[in-house]
Amino acid sequence: MESATATLGHAHEEHHGPPEAHQSSRIDRQTLGILLFIVSEIMLFGAFFAAYFFLRVVVDPPTWPPEPYELPKLVAGINTAILVSSSFTIHYALESIRRGNRDGLKLGLVLTWLLGATFLFIQVNEYVHLGFSARDLGFGSIFYSLTGLHGAHVFVGLLLLSFATIRAFRGHFGPKAEDHLGVEVPGIYWHFVDVMWIIVYVSVYIL
Amino acid sequence: MHNPLRSEADAFRWVVVIGAGAVSVIVLTLLTRPVVGLIWAAALIGFGVGFGYRAARGSLPRRVEVTRGGDGKHRVLVVASETVGGGELLNEIADRCRGRSCEIFVVTPALATSRASHWASDVDEAIELARQRMELSLIAIAELGLKARGEIGDSDPSVAIEDALRVFAADEIVISTHPPDRSRWLERGVVDRAREQIDLPITHVVVDLSAAPVVR
Repeated sequence: MESATATLGHAHEEHHGPPEAHQSSRIDRQTLGILLFIVSEIMLFGAFFAAYFFLRVVVDPPTWPPEPYELPKLVAGINTAILVSSSFTIHYALESIRRGNRDGLKLGLVLTWLLGATFLFIQVNEYVHLGFSARDLGFGSIFYSLTGLHGAHVFVGLLLLSFATIRAFRGHFGPKAEDHLGVEVPGIYWHFVDVMWIIVYVSVYIL
Repeated sequence: MHNPLRSEADAFRWVVVIGAGAVSVIVLTLLTRPVVGLIWAAALIGFGVGFGYRAARGSLPRRVEVTRGGDGKHRVLVVASETVGGGELLNEIADRCRGRSCEIFVVTPALATSRASHWASDVDEAIELARQRMELSLIAIAELGLKARGEIGDSDPSVAIEDALRVFAADEIVISTHPPDRSRWLERGVVDRAREQIDLPITHVVVDLSAAPVVR
């Protein structure tokens, strides 16, 4: 609600500083903020996917990946399962705190962090053993750009999860919606990161 | 239309649905050829977009949380924009408060002058207009001998009512609109929706500005 309260007799009280933020009660500002941020992130990933599909459809190499390169579908598939399972653990963490189960919150957050870190470790290990670099053809460039962009998002997600986990162990957060926004917002971001990886995996490794 | 992604739980459901779709694409691709998987993926995306659009249509069913006063005062929430100074509305307020201790809270939604202004959040002029109307109506209500205060509300009157009820413990609500043939609020079902969602008596006052002048 616009905050310009005009109580009779006080309508022109001097006000310092910027006006209060416009706020509707339908969605809290933090959640709206992360949703708008995710919209901008979708556009960013969209630009990279546009480059990827341009390469595949317009340049149209005879095989994909181009000879002699190969992508480790199975290892990446297992990595995908690890990352997707972390969506279940972060959801478990949030469901726990909604019911007032603080131990469940801590367990869920720690498991999510570990699964995310494992995903990142396996991806870095994959880079080391792939046998091609970002300088090898357009294929190498777009492969490392897309997966690297996603990896950077996983890294940021891990930072957010670290803050949430530390706060959880310090006794922060509560069952009321406004008392666990510090987990809810990173949770939404983490799900976005998972969905993006599913799309990256299917597009780059499978199709 | 409402946002289909409002919480972590909503986001998790999307992960599960997209994950299941991705598994079907992967299996189909590995069993047949990538082009088949691609066609299936495109079909799923089309289905998903259509489903998401359908799911986002309309408003979410919900009940508005109402703040309760309990100090014996009768509190009236008045919601009006262009009709805020209408004679019919002032008469209704006077009737509501006759013979009892009464407190009035006037919410005047800041209506953007155009859809483009609304989407661009160019509402400074709308807020200023709403403020002027509200201040005049507060003076008119004070002349009736009633205590009144007011706020500029969200451009969506339903949201403005909901926001006001969080800070004002209303016993009843009076919504003022133009006559049915000219009222956009009635066209959008603002009064009906308020009656469905809010557990308070709601009075609808029609103010015909062409028939009776606004209090100035």
